[in-house]
Amino acid sequence: MARSELRLTGSGGQGIILAAIILAEAAVIAEKKTAQSQAYGPEARGGMCKAEVIISDVPIGFTKVLHPTFLMALTQEALNHFSEEVAETCMILADAGLTIPVWAEKQTVTAPILKAAKERIGKTVTANIIAVGVINKLLGIADEKTMERAVLRHIPEGTEDLNLKALHVGEEMGEVLKKQRKDM
Amino acid sequence: MGKAVLMQGNEACVEGALAAGMRLFAGYPITPSTEIAENCAVRLPLAGGTFIQMEDEIAGIAAVIGASAAGIKAMTATSGPGFSLKQENIGYACLTEIPCVVVDVQRSGPSTGLPTSPSQGDVMQARWGTHGDHPAIAVSPSSVKETYELIIRCFNLSEKYRTPVIFLMDEMIAHLREAVELPDMDSLEIEDRLTPLTAEKNPFPYLVKEGEWVPRLMPLGMGQHYHITGLIHDDTGFPTNSHEEADKLCRRLLDKIQKNKEDIITYDGYLLEDAEEVVVCYGGTARAALSAVDEARMEGIKAGMFRLITIWPFPEEQIFRLADKTGRILVAEHNDGQILLEVRRSAQGKVPVDFIGKINGDVITPEELLTKIEEEHYAKCADKK
Amino acid sequence: MPSVLIKNNMREEHLPHIWCPGCGNGVLMRDVASAIDNLGLDHRKVVIVSGIGCSSRAAGYMDFDTIHTTHGRAIPYATGIKLADPELEVIVLTGDGDVSAIGGNHLIHAARRNVGMTVVVFNNNIYGMTGGQYSPTTPRGEYGTTAVYGNIDRAFDIAALAFGAGASYAARGDTYHVEATTYLIQKGILHKGFSIIDCASICPTYYGRKNKKGSAVDMLMRQKTHGVMAEHAEKMTPEQLQDKQVIGVLAHTNYPEFTAEYQKIKDGLRGGKKDGQK
Repeated sequence: MARSELRLTGSGGQGIILAAIILAEAAVIAEKKTAQSQAYGPEARGGMCKAEVIISDVPIGFTKVLHPTFLMALTQEALNHFSEEVAETCMILADAGLTIPVWAEKQTVTAPILKAAKERIGKTVTANIIAVGVINKLLGIADEKTMERAVLRHIPEGTEDLNLKALHVGEEMGEVLKKQRKDM
Repeated sequence: MGKAVLMQGNEACVEGALAAGMRLFAGYPITPSTEIAENCAVRLPLAGGTFIQMEDEIAGIAAVIGASAAGIKAMTATSGPGFSLKQENIGYACLTEIPCVVVDVQRSGPSTGLPTSPSQGDVMQARWGTHGDHPAIAVSPSSVKETYELIIRCFNLSEKYRTPVIFLMDEMIAHLREAVELPDMDSLEIEDRLTPLTAEKNPFPYLVKEGEWVPRLMPLGMGQHYHITGLIHDDTGFPTNSHEEADKLCRRLLDKIQKNKEDIITYDGYLLEDAEEVVVCYGGTARAALSAVDEARMEGIKAGMFRLITIWPFPEEQIFRLADKTGRILVAEHNDGQILLEVRRSAQGKVPVDFIGKINGDVITPEELLTKIEEEHYAKCADKK
Repeated sequence: MPSVLIKNNMREEHLPHIWCPGCGNGVLMRDVASAIDNLGLDHRKVVIVSGIGCSSRAAGYMDFDTIHTTHGRAIPYATGIKLADPELEVIVLTGDGDVSAIGGNHLIHAARRNVGMTVVVFNNNIYGMTGGQYSPTTPRGEYGTTAVYGNIDRAFDIAALAFGAGASYAARGDTYHVEATTYLIQKGILHKGFSIIDCASICPTYYGRKNKKGSAVDMLMRQKTHGVMAEHAEKMTPEQLQDKQVIGVLAHTNYPEFTAEYQKIKDGLRGGKKDGQK
């Protein structure tokens, strides 16, 4: 990857920013260049939330995402809003529970991230870690061990098993998606 | 160099400050500087220091100056509205020559403005915010790594010149996470203020020794029994109404910075050697400039970047020399042209100085900068034909 | 010949002071010096902090490490000094305007926070340095150059204000009752935590003249007749106490002192608790 620009979106409280931080952390461990930032409003919960990560093999000048190469949306509002702004070449990952806008159909892949968090992990708050797993498989940011280390650096003590399980569930889903894309 | 770690700008500011020897932080939470207070609250007691959340912004800087007068390195952090509130006491630290570091993570103003949006609108306030003629040092970082390095430099300059130093961050860098390779602590150059050799009573605590620029003041509580005041004072430290003494003191305060500009001023040049179009910028804006300059070069335009690291004192000689060898200067900043005034003054009409700025909370993109560079470049080419 | 007290505690070369003839500030400054002397404090460890105004010039006359800070901010400066070195005996000399108007916010939070310092208020009910404007302690109905038609604000009771904000030691003294006031200051210095002694000063030049209070002697005599010692006041009815000024301790409780509590946090961290979590 020369320069990937990732935009992760959803609503406040979904752990979108943490997901972006973990991806950036993995990139650092993998000795890539990275810049992570977010735009946020005054609401701590709810509202639209956007976090960005740039991952590159060469030093990063401008630190904000201008032309996303990858967009993730976990809410309908975010998907509708942000999918309109991206180029046709930008891959979109949407939660499987969302309705894909017509204009984004060709470039969008879906994964049941929120459903898996609730049903397979039993905790909706792990959706962001599942998403990290999916994204890592789709984009090949770091190897699995590195990603585990990155996750462990940023989660509360005592939640290691839960979060690693979430990561692995995400990686599993990501693997399937990647195959589908190749077949396309 | 150690291993690279992912760090936020505000976090790097705290880590650098601790490495520089900061042992007290007093402040009041304000976006987008709050993480500095939060990190200090975690890290200072672990380092044997003290964190205190004061009742307001003014109390924050007052406690910092008090702690520094008692001999420890202290810092406060704030943003626009809080920076305004701290101004009177910044002047007090200037006149009494008590070192301290004030971090201002700039946000869009005026007034409460756009609290979470980037800006560089406090540049002139950092120079002239407190009343009266006074010295000013302000430094601005353009990466997380540089934030770590430059906050150490802020402490060093503050200790050496016994003056408040303003660390002018902006939201772009404060909330950015990047990899930082933390240097080996032994490799850091740490400056400590000079103090008298003995604690004996000294009738002239503010007398400056031959060959030195600042008085060697004793930390409070060592038995020297001297007096500190925000009134104009003579070498005894006591108030005086003498015009002669006032001139001597005020002149020395300005001179200690002006005459040591070479020591204080740092800047960064990128592809300046043959540059015909030079972007002058600082802080987070430099990141867009860097990308724009690279893209311009790919188009065959000889672009370069002059990045101010020390904002105050302003590198007027360096800009004057730059104006001598380049074809055009483009000042880029997130305000309505504050440093532009300084660049134009320093360039003395030798080259056209153009401007690109934003005051709406949005960031200047590399594309916008590139367009501006192209416009200027092709206009110039057309002129030549 | 200066007294031993002056010799030991004052910067003789900076005397006489700038205060007007009859001003109560000199007496209160002397009370502070007596309290330090009586307690036998190590002079090297005493730091005097003042703000701005007539009262705050006292710092310049006292032979200790002294810091004359900005208007209203003496208490936060003192907070920083105490935090930097908890061994220091930090004494704040301030006025009614300095501590309860421009610095009012700092007063209530310092009282609540309980950082070890002794605040002595030279309360003359007026802004003297700027020439007689009304202050937060100018009684309602009285006059100042900015209350020419009579002051319609109610006055602060600074000791009660500090007590209400949680001060662990609050007392009232005055210019006339020298020994009692000195003793109250001594108790304040000995108290571990935030202590405040609100001392009624007299300003014959501005407050006295504007409000027809007579000469400095008349004003002092008024403090004599209106001052009641706390132990006597206890036996008096509210009617009898009307228009009286109670001299003595208003509140004295032992709350944990800030720097000692912070030290406990640091010690706890050294003991293995990490990142201050949980």
